[in-house]
Amino acid sequence: MSKAVVRSMLYIPGNNPGMIQQASVFGADSILLDLEDAVVLSEKDAARHLVCGFLRTLDFGDMLVTVRVNGADTPFFAEDLRRVVPCRPDAIRLPKCSSPEDVRAAETLLAEIEEQNGMEPGTVKIHAMLETARGIAEAGTVATCSPRVTALTLGGQDLTADMGVEKTREGDELFVARSLVALAARAAGIDAFDTIWADVNDNEGLLEETRRVVGLGFTGKAAIHPGQISWIHRAFVPDAKKVAAAERIVEAAAAAEREGRGVVSVDGRMVDAPVVRRARHTLDMARLVELEVE
Amino acid sequence: MAMLRRPAQAGTLESSDCLVSVAPSETRELDHRGAGATFFAGRTRGLVNDVLDSLGISGATVTIQDQGALEVTLRARLDTALERASREEDAACPRQ
Repeated sequence: MSKAVVRSMLYIPGNNPGMIQQASVFGADSILLDLEDAVVLSEKDAARHLVCGFLRTLDFGDMLVTVRVNGADTPFFAEDLRRVVPCRPDAIRLPKCSSPEDVRAAETLLAEIEEQNGMEPGTVKIHAMLETARGIAEAGTVATCSPRVTALTLGGQDLTADMGVEKTREGDELFVARSLVALAARAAGIDAFDTIWADVNDNEGLLEETRRVVGLGFTGKAAIHPGQISWIHRAFVPDAKKVAAAERIVEAAAAAEREGRGVVSVDGRMVDAPVVRRARHTLDMARLVELEVE
Repeated sequence: MAMLRRPAQAGTLESSDCLVSVAPSETRELDHRGAGATFFAGRTRGLVNDVLDSLGISGATVTIQDQGALEVTLRARLDTALERASREEDAACPRQ
């Protein structure tokens, strides 16, 4: 992948050249060129040509570049993959993954296309989008069914429709699904990306929700408007006290290693390896924000 | 060799885009209007000829209403319009 930390994934409609050509100036860690819901049926062919053209010619810098293709249950799926995969996006976002079989079917096609185009097998990864009740129930097996799967993503709009429940501002109806997705992704050692925040005029709500999902273990969240990116990033910023504590922990761990001591104590509390790892992650997040401010 | 069967269009009149219309013709004719039409006349003519050559299309009327499209956009819209105009099935162009 192009980028180690992907907090934000900006959806860009695949048939909008003005937005695609500006993709790298919005400050997102990742972009998601959308051939699915953002493109009307009559323009699927045009969007495919446009997205492929930009993938071949535009320098997206160090952003992770993914393409959401149309679902396997549509007549556009195979052609989307045939055209897009040779253009080498970092990953394909696979909608409506409800089982490992859905992923394996896509993987077979991806492998064929890569071979036909002289590409290294496994070049294009899969971000499995879980947006059905069955898909959520299968999160663990989907996450581990293929080394191509490098992220699970939650599709909140379709999921709540599938569950027959209302999507609320508080998001209680998604709590279990989010927990399962984050847990499955973390267990598999892959990324977990949360669903969109639909109200582009309510950034406080977006910040609140992003903080909640970060607390559940999500590594990133989708955005539908460039104005949402900084709010998503803000949710990943640790507060000053946590950063200071993390610095003490990492320094103490480094000192213990130098002195050959196995046990580390900071602020009167024993610190073990997972705590040190978490402290390093906290410092990484803090540094990322410093870099953006600079 | 592709054969143009009917007129077709692709693209939009939004900023940074272009609307490309193509139609079967005995000869090649290009009508390039809009932002940058004069400044990029050579580039656009070269691009249109390249695309038509690569598809083996000897005759076509191509009209481009340019709203400040990058070359990559122009090429994508032209490819789409030509593909729609060449399809065997009907309803190749939803705007017509």
